[in-house]
Amino acid sequence: MADFSAEMDVAIIGAGVVGCAMARRFALEGARVCVLEAAPDILSGASKANSAILHTGFDAPPGSLELSCMQDAYDEYMEIREAMNLPVLETGAMVAAWTEDEEARLPDLLAQAQGNGVTDTRIISRDEALAREPALAGHVRGALLVPREHVIDPWSAPLAYATQAKALGAEFRFNAPLTGARRDGDTWQLETGAGSLMAKTVVNCAGLYGDKVEEILTGTPSFEIRPRKGQFVVFDKAASQHLRTILLPVPNERTKGVVLTRTAFGNLLVGPTAEEQEARDRPDVTTPELEMLISKAVELVPALQDMPVTAVYAGLRPASERKEYRVHADADLGYYCAGGIRSTGLTAALGIARHVFALWSESHSLAWSKPNDSMAPSMPNLAEHLPRDYQIPGHDGIVCHCEMVTAREIRAAFDSQLPPGDFGGLRRRTRCAMGRCQGFNCLGRIASLAEGKLRTPILPEDAS
Amino acid sequence: MNTTCDVAIVGGGPAGLGAALELSKLGLRRVVVLERFGEAGGIPRHCGHPPFGMREFKRVLSGPAYARRLVQAAEDAGVEIRTDTTVTAIRPGGVLELATTAGAQTLTARRVLIATGNRERTRAQLLAPGVRPVGVMNTGALQSMVYLEGKRPFSRPVIVGTEIVALSALLTCRRHGIKPVAMVETRDRPQTRRIDMMLARLMGVPVLAGAEILAIEGRPRVEALRLRHKGEERRLDCDGIVFSGRFTPEATVARQSDLALDAGTLGPEIDADGRSSDPQVFVAGNVLHPVETAGHCWAEGRRAAQTIFRDLRKTPKLGAGARIVPGAGLRYVVPQRLGAGSAATLNIRTDGAVRGRVVLSDASGRELAARSVRSYPEQPVRLSVPALDSAALAGDLTLRLDRKD
Repeated sequence: MADFSAEMDVAIIGAGVVGCAMARRFALEGARVCVLEAAPDILSGASKANSAILHTGFDAPPGSLELSCMQDAYDEYMEIREAMNLPVLETGAMVAAWTEDEEARLPDLLAQAQGNGVTDTRIISRDEALAREPALAGHVRGALLVPREHVIDPWSAPLAYATQAKALGAEFRFNAPLTGARRDGDTWQLETGAGSLMAKTVVNCAGLYGDKVEEILTGTPSFEIRPRKGQFVVFDKAASQHLRTILLPVPNERTKGVVLTRTAFGNLLVGPTAEEQEARDRPDVTTPELEMLISKAVELVPALQDMPVTAVYAGLRPASERKEYRVHADADLGYYCAGGIRSTGLTAALGIARHVFALWSESHSLAWSKPNDSMAPSMPNLAEHLPRDYQIPGHDGIVCHCEMVTAREIRAAFDSQLPPGDFGGLRRRTRCAMGRCQGFNCLGRIASLAEGKLRTPILPEDAS
Repeated sequence: MNTTCDVAIVGGGPAGLGAALELSKLGLRRVVVLERFGEAGGIPRHCGHPPFGMREFKRVLSGPAYARRLVQAAEDAGVEIRTDTTVTAIRPGGVLELATTAGAQTLTARRVLIATGNRERTRAQLLAPGVRPVGVMNTGALQSMVYLEGKRPFSRPVIVGTEIVALSALLTCRRHGIKPVAMVETRDRPQTRRIDMMLARLMGVPVLAGAEILAIEGRPRVEALRLRHKGEERRLDCDGIVFSGRFTPEATVARQSDLALDAGTLGPEIDADGRSSDPQVFVAGNVLHPVETAGHCWAEGRRAAQTIFRDLRKTPKLGAGARIVPGAGLRYVVPQRLGAGSAATLNIRTDGAVRGRVVLSDASGRELAARSVRSYPEQPVRLSVPALDSAALAGDLTLRLDRKD
């Protein structure tokens, strides 16, 4: 197994959304970065399944690190998204009250939102809620309106962060789980499933394995990951006409509850559940919970009765035994941890990266020289409300008709800086086989286009 | 390229090509078939086994050979087939919005026929439990891999479902050295006739009916299907899972065009002439009634062509007709509406196997048509209805099932 060529400034463990943002931040600051990922592609753990919302932090714990990371990240996302061609579906959100009790809690939620600096929130009446969303069930009693909660593309955004890091010289190693580590003077000797590596600093962004990685690095983990499963149902694109605004429930202690939201890809999503479990690698979907989500969606938006389902999925959130983010640093050891990022990681990642870099800077005088060019990539657009590739002549035919994915887009994904490592990665980069037929029509063609190009192939080795 | 035509046909499968051929034979010059794939022919293109073509060509053909003959016959008759052309919506006035390799285009047609076919429900639509590894697919995907791309996605799959298409999956496996581990049916009995299920026995594939799927296992590839059968938990080790059957219409164009849809079929709602809620738009084939044979769809396309041809010569009788309301035990009926004047055949599906009688009656309770039924679960039931008078059409029509089992 080949060792990596030179000593790195920073090794980042995990290429989820937090790891990708971390790689970008340190690369932008001039560090030589290497990202070690256990899976064959980025976004293969918690980051592959979420509700794709860009949160304002209106309901985050006041004064928390989570809140400041979310708000810093929100601003940064809005700054960089144009240059990177990242979509924002400006939906706004409504925290809808369906019972007297819930209605009574709206003023507290408003006060919390205002206190968190989300000053454009306001309580709207039942009539205004129904005027804004005519398809809502009639028993809605009122809502807290949060105008700047939006929907984004949950995979193109972190892919853009990683692509930028790569363009700035960061290395990505896949199928490279951390298996051992030794601190030698001021340098880490890291052993992985794909060779060894030396680095001055290690940043733990290992998500669902954050505590395990910390144990390898420090001997005793300071937190414990307790996976919390969230299941989702994606309705047919026809459903998205029935709702414009993200529909949030009045939250309870454990979870933000079941959300109904459009996606950037023109679908309507309901979920997640919140189910605690031991296994870190079993995001099972289960029939009764999926049925519950569908009936919940129909209860809130009756027009969804008999609406076809396009997809179902489950994700595992890297929750820990405590509610807050588990971010800490040991400068002497050259160890930084961004752990327990349980459900707001997609929004907060850019802010978490800034925060960790600031922690690093506290004890290091900067020896790196910042790159002259930020190398921000322009990402292919997959959002339905913006022009798609199939609308641009010369695309060489549509391969996936449910999601209107062209052969040109699939080839471009393979030719990109960070090509997909498995079928899931190809789906997330192009949306092929993500639609209604889930590959009924296109799987054969996709398998041919992908042949010999994925670390984990679609077809078994003896396929031909 | 022409931007107008007499009839635009959305979908180049058996129904669409049957209609196109017939319209050309009737003398229409400007008939255009819009096919989203690179090749017309529809699903038979990737069913590389017989029997196809008995009704159309009086001989037994494999699916791909049959598809080629359908295309050839239409082209010989002067039909224009535009491949790599996706219809994204049909606007009122017969305006079709197209996505092509040259970008967006429009085509205006005097009449439109939707013949977009159907597809199998996915594991997602069936809400099947478990993890989501590579190697879980529908029969359609399996066949597109082996017949169109020459690839074998697995070597010992479990086939879920026992409809006719599951037998097609079995045949596909047999021809490509794939050895199915088992056929699993979640309903309490196989969905096809006993004689058809002999194929499974001949191939040594056990059939587990009345099974409950507990979980799909494996990562990154499928490793097993866990299920409960006859009260016992079982783990079927496998390297692929084929979800077969449970067809649903490929009704996206109809949905995006705001045509009225039927809650029973999930396809467009039609009257006895095959006309949708847009008077210029007709519908034929499996998008109406999942699922019938290619031969049936082809014949239905030809009948639709004759109706469209007549419709172009005269001012159409408008008026939606009386709605048929299907009762308990009936999954759907096509057409959903009947008008005055001509006889019709209702295409009915029951929920599971039944013995009994189906009866069509009018709002006053008068019986208009009836027949006895003894069906296996997925068998089409056809009921002939004579031309109805205006009294019969004064209110909703009721279709009921009187069970005898």
